[in-house]
Amino acid sequence: MDFEIIFDNLGLYVEGMWLTLELVSLSLLAGFILAVPMAIMRVSKNYFIAAPVRLFVYIFRGTPLLVQIYIIYYGLGQFDAVKDSFAWPFFKEAYFCCLFAFALNTGAYTVEILRGAIAGTPFGEIEAAVSVGMSRILMLRRIILPSAFRRALPAYGNEVIFMLHGTSLASIITLVDLTGAARIVNSRYYSPYEAYLTAAVFYMGLTFTLVWLFKKLEFKWFAHLRPRKETV
Amino acid sequence: MFDLHGYFPALMEGLSVTISLAFFSLFVAMGLGIFGALAKLSRNKGVQSIANFYTTIIRGIPELVLMLLLFFGGQTMINQLAAFVGYEDYIDINPYFSGVATIGFIYGAYMTETFRGAILAVHKGELEAGRAYGMSGGQVFIRILFPQMMRHAIPGFGNNWLVLLKATALVSVIGLDDIVRKATLAAGATKKTFTFYIVVAICYLILTTLSVWILNWLEKKYSVGVRTA
Repeated sequence: MDFEIIFDNLGLYVEGMWLTLELVSLSLLAGFILAVPMAIMRVSKNYFIAAPVRLFVYIFRGTPLLVQIYIIYYGLGQFDAVKDSFAWPFFKEAYFCCLFAFALNTGAYTVEILRGAIAGTPFGEIEAAVSVGMSRILMLRRIILPSAFRRALPAYGNEVIFMLHGTSLASIITLVDLTGAARIVNSRYYSPYEAYLTAAVFYMGLTFTLVWLFKKLEFKWFAHLRPRKETV
Repeated sequence: MFDLHGYFPALMEGLSVTISLAFFSLFVAMGLGIFGALAKLSRNKGVQSIANFYTTIIRGIPELVLMLLLFFGGQTMINQLAAFVGYEDYIDINPYFSGVATIGFIYGAYMTETFRGAILAVHKGELEAGRAYGMSGGQVFIRILFPQMMRHAIPGFGNNWLVLLKATALVSVIGLDDIVRKATLAAGATKKTFTFYIVVAICYLILTTLSVWILNWLEKKYSVGVRTA
């Protein structure tokens, strides 16, 4: 191990880490915003409302993220219609394509997580909401979604970790995230251990921080399920 | 719609590499998973902590980073080892082998967790009964533990398999001629990037769909004799 290589390039890794964090948080945010209405459509009893969401989820969960990124980044340029459209300035940027692919991918997984959580709502709660005359929208806002989010939290925590790891694919289409920084260091010095182990340590730090944050959040959100502290 | 300009056979060749790579990695992962699960549940503290270390480390690092580390790092390490024992020539690791080893090693950690849960779901009394009849530890494992834990393991196992299958796309980055790389080469030559990557996506979709069908069938098969309401 040559620690000098690591210290000399620490700045590059830190910059990479910021890009990784930026990609993770923006794609999770966009994915979540996409996922909530789609999850509501997905549990609809009307086949024609649920079916498009099912198809979307099926396609994005059934293909590798790398292939999705390639289709968006390299694939769309095949069509002149896309190249001439207003969207081309975005789709020719690796950064935007990555965010787009990540958001759709995590959105698809989040829809399934939320669907399970919504389906798990105790029916008595819905009956109670109907009996006090709540409309469907009000019921979603006050009864179904809050408890569904709570039930979805442990699974969503896993999805966040998967997305953190998934953003490493951004390095394949030239972005310099944490993995990209490691690849630059490796190609500059040909020292794979120093380059990739450093990135690995950064990723582990991020992963464990996220796991810890979600544990704390679970502790808070599931406060009502904790056994009562003995007061005597 | 899909004019593949004569690249169809090349893509199918790549697909066969993807499938065989996925299967061999699965075997490695299952072997490691069973050993890891037994190690985690063993009474020996040392063995336990090695298994815990393995699963914690692997699950904290992205697959791509691990793959690059094991591919480039493994190459360097083997050559240093070879030089150490007096072997002079440069050893080039076969990317196929290192792909199988890496993916197997990574998903072994996920399998460990799945199998650990499944083993815990088997009644302890049944294992004790086996020992009471004078079966050896290995016999108890093969006759009692394994057939029953499989039922509990299948849902988690199925998820791991689907993730593993999709992770094989990453081996194209370390230069293996899987379907993604074949498509990249074909797309580079014909400028039909969208067409070729969509074909790859469809191939993966077919594989995952088939897998889900087979896993559902297996789940039913292993749950014969389980009564549900």
